[in-house]
Amino acid sequence: MGYVIGLKCRECGRLYPKEVINVCEYCFGSIEVDYDYDAIRHRLTREAVASRQPSLWRYRELLPIEGEPTVGRASGCTPFFLAERLAEALGVRELYIKDDSVSHPTLSFKDRVVSVALTRAKEFGFDTVACASTGNLANAVSAHAAKAGLRCFVFIPADLEAGKILASQVYRPTVVAIEGTYDDVNRLCAELSAKYPWAFVNVNIRPYYAEGSKTYGFEVAEQLGWQAPAHIVIPAASGSLITKIAKAFKELQLLGLIPEARTKLYAAQAEGCGPIAAAIQARSDIVKPVKPKTIAKSLAIGNPADGYYATKAVLESDGWAETVTDEEIVQGIRLLGETEGVFTETAGGVTVAVAKKLIAQGVIPREESIVLCITGNGLKTLEPLVGRLHEPTRIKPTLAAFEAGFADQIADTTRRISRS
Amino acid sequence: MAITVRIPTPLQRLTSGQGEVQCEGTTVTELLGDLERRYPGVRERICDESGKLRRFVNIFVNAEDIRFLQGDQTAVKDGDEVSIIPAIAGG
Repeated sequence: MGYVIGLKCRECGRLYPKEVINVCEYCFGSIEVDYDYDAIRHRLTREAVASRQPSLWRYRELLPIEGEPTVGRASGCTPFFLAERLAEALGVRELYIKDDSVSHPTLSFKDRVVSVALTRAKEFGFDTVACASTGNLANAVSAHAAKAGLRCFVFIPADLEAGKILASQVYRPTVVAIEGTYDDVNRLCAELSAKYPWAFVNVNIRPYYAEGSKTYGFEVAEQLGWQAPAHIVIPAASGSLITKIAKAFKELQLLGLIPEARTKLYAAQAEGCGPIAAAIQARSDIVKPVKPKTIAKSLAIGNPADGYYATKAVLESDGWAETVTDEEIVQGIRLLGETEGVFTETAGGVTVAVAKKLIAQGVIPREESIVLCITGNGLKTLEPLVGRLHEPTRIKPTLAAFEAGFADQIADTTRRISRS
Repeated sequence: MAITVRIPTPLQRLTSGQGEVQCEGTTVTELLGDLERRYPGVRERICDESGKLRRFVNIFVNAEDIRFLQGDQTAVKDGDEVSIIPAIAGG
């Protein structure tokens, strides 16, 4: 059985039954899922969570489905670890990585939201699912739809990275490449969702879909020993992940699963598309849309749906925001690879580079716990790295060629051995 | 000829279920005025008490967000397509 009482408008408080609805019919405000927390409190204990399979469905009571999970049963519970070498490079004491770059099965945090969205879509009786995507979501919807036996349409900007397009095609959805930005794709999908009886995961069933992101926050708290971190740096595209991580910590606190959470949230965006960061830095509740121009295509949303709520959540937490250049993004990807052995996509480069900047500015203190949200995999966004890394040196397969070609590197290792 | 206005699902009850209606006007403001005359009740749903567009409503003229044009003073003419779209979508 489910624990959802109904749906509620975040703005005017109007109540709705748990149906397919994504905005308030009266004020167009955001629709939130309303849970029966008193009933959940008795079921969802630390022991209960620990006794369950390692998947995002460990927190099933706090997810908006009615029956048993049917999609993404092996998704979630990604690695969380102390990033000692990156901490040293950034000059901080306690730094963790929450690594959704190895999320099952499509290597981004979108497996979480899609597991919830498609389970719910099936409960509603949809046989076709769809999405507006910058790539990762299209990959996740395509893969999970394939396994669930659902028909699938994914709508993407035509100029996405090759890896992000191919990683949808392989599951055989209908891929619609739109000549335009993500914002154009999004507008079209909003229009299409009014016309076709499909579950557009991030349009008409978005209130259910978005709840899946909370599991990222639940896992961070559980893996940190049932407490929230002091600081968390989160990449922002629509801003939904920020609001849902904040909600996750609040819910765990409400249920008595973690002590009072005072986590400061930091929004990470690219300089070429930073509407949420701009609103936060102006301490304004008006998020001005922009025309995106950045290599971080997965964050290239110029008109972010949850911009207003993300800005509010960050400012209320006493957090902050920063943007970084394309060059800093590439440096961020390299730094994470070279220190932690994690290959993240451009969005992860944004997170690392923004964390570095905020630490250098003294905004994030060096002595408190910090979590970096790594949400996607670098193998999907190879283009910005081409020609930017140490090139392999080609040699003939002989001892002499090796020693001639790599004399410096060999000398370096010899020195190290003799020193130790 | 007139201007085609696409109506989002939450407002279709006011347009007898129609997803597209025809209106007239020379600016977005005038167009919304005409829409209100034809389908009373629409305006209070997309504009707040002071008459400003609500925070969570986006309007597009020929696929361009009016915030990149001249806002509610953006010019419209016969044959244009105007979409009223809830802001909470995507991402």
